[in-house]
Amino acid sequence: MTSLVLDVSIDRGAYRLSVTETIPLTGITAVFGPSGAGKTTLLRIISGLETGAEGRVALGDEVWQDVTHRLPAYRRRVGFVFQDNRLFDHLDVAGNLRFAVRHCRHRGPIELPDVVAALDLKPLLEKRPAQLSGGEQQRVAIGRALLTNPRLLLMDEPLSSLDAQRKREILRYVEQLPVRFALPVLYVTHSVDEVGFLADRVLLLGAGTVVAHGKVEDVLEDIRSWSLTGRSDAGSVLKAAVELHRDGLTELAVDGQRLRVPQIDAAPGTSTRLRVRARDVVIATEPVEHLSIRNTLAGEVARIDLDETIYVEVLLRIGRQHLRARITKDALRDLELTEGQRVYALIKSVAFDDMLLH
Amino acid sequence: MRPLDLTPVWLSLELASLTVLVLLCIATPLAWWLAFTKVRLRSVIEALVALPLVLPPTVLGFYLLILLGPAGPVGSFWVKLTGSTLTFSFTGLVIASVIYSFPFAVQPLQSGFESIGRSPLEAAATLGATPWQTFLSVASPMATRAYLTAIVLSFAHTLGEFGVVLMVGGSIPGRTKVLSIAVYEHVETLDYAQAHILSAGLLLFSFAVLLTVYLLNRRMPVTRS
Repeated sequence: MTSLVLDVSIDRGAYRLSVTETIPLTGITAVFGPSGAGKTTLLRIISGLETGAEGRVALGDEVWQDVTHRLPAYRRRVGFVFQDNRLFDHLDVAGNLRFAVRHCRHRGPIELPDVVAALDLKPLLEKRPAQLSGGEQQRVAIGRALLTNPRLLLMDEPLSSLDAQRKREILRYVEQLPVRFALPVLYVTHSVDEVGFLADRVLLLGAGTVVAHGKVEDVLEDIRSWSLTGRSDAGSVLKAAVELHRDGLTELAVDGQRLRVPQIDAAPGTSTRLRVRARDVVIATEPVEHLSIRNTLAGEVARIDLDETIYVEVLLRIGRQHLRARITKDALRDLELTEGQRVYALIKSVAFDDMLLH
Repeated sequence: MRPLDLTPVWLSLELASLTVLVLLCIATPLAWWLAFTKVRLRSVIEALVALPLVLPPTVLGFYLLILLGPAGPVGSFWVKLTGSTLTFSFTGLVIASVIYSFPFAVQPLQSGFESIGRSPLEAAATLGATPWQTFLSVASPMATRAYLTAIVLSFAHTLGEFGVVLMVGGSIPGRTKVLSIAVYEHVETLDYAQAHILSAGLLLFSFAVLLTVYLLNRRMPVTRS
């Protein structure tokens, strides 16, 4: 597996970004953080668009930038999907795609028919960018970037201008890119939901530096990241297998335990991920009946993190996975929770709705 | 009535066409630089480029006469190089016209490039296009309108110039006696009939050209800003 080696900094007076990190390139890595953290700038540095950046950028054995030389953007093998799609208005969709094919400097496995098929671009080929919906434009932009046969695909908040339904539609396309095109993706976003849905790894940025970097489950659970993800949004990611759809509900298996959620758009047998907000998890020390919350997962208390607020963050172990719960200190005292104790996590279904409809 | 002498008309058209060609070659890189540079010198260059807009043609013509004359720095070099003088020659007129019409080519192109902005250029770079390829296949087509405006304005402006031509070129039939000079001389000699024909011709021609441009501008898709 190749890695992206970054040792870069940029200084614009009031604003400074400095990143020293080796990112294993597999699947989707979310570059995540609040506005102004430097996510877009980092992507621009990697692509070569940010000419003022100093330091080293290397992808495997290809050095894109170091002290002595700097490859211009057009010679780096990266695809870039911009927030504002940046399609060429003077060309139709086919023309936009062919532009990438024509200027592609490297032979590669990705060809026009594959891309058209994977992103369902066929009905759009003869249209002008201005005639397309936001979601269609972004699909064309993704296709165009793929056709440069990049070694790495950079995506800068590609969903930010889309409504909820379009977001969902595009997420499905983005999700399959790493496997279908054997292409690692760096995906910039400020939405925890998108991170939970897409990412295998997370690079968490705050004010121009890396705050955390690792597997998505670990980073989202990490209490240090909560100041950046927003307390109310903090939570964990559960991996689940889709079992079956029935009566408008989907049954999921989380390490052998059953969950029911409003029907999701995934085939039985596939796996999916659910982001559960810590504030949507209720802890009980005994199995509960006669309650409107239907989803219960048995587990044990793995860790209790106290902080200066009235809340406590409790990390639960559910099978081989982790689930964060946020309860008050009062509740902690009354329940007499201790590490290793057997507990039941009750999850409000609404948590699943939010994630999937986002 | 004397037969109408059309030589000045052709001379004017030739002068304007050549001037536009030369202008496009010079104004394009300069306008590009002005549109995208961040250095402070930019304002100085912009002011210099705009000077012909405000200077009386006679002032401009006077300095050009000195500059291009056989004793002037450019003129004397030209004499050494070719053996002929720049002043009172067609070549001298082209040089003078280029300077006189400079802002009419640079300014539309500059604002055209500015309205394209860096975004599409960056996109093209990430798709593997070199800066030159980007200019040819992205910036130029997006700036079609700006080019059309620049061509028409500098062409029409050159066609209508009088003061600078008179100062630098004089009125040598077939060489420097362009349309506007011919009209002036017809009026001086009270040959109103000839003056009418040439003037009305120029008036109608100019109107037709401008009308075409405005109609085309309406029809062409607006490029993204």
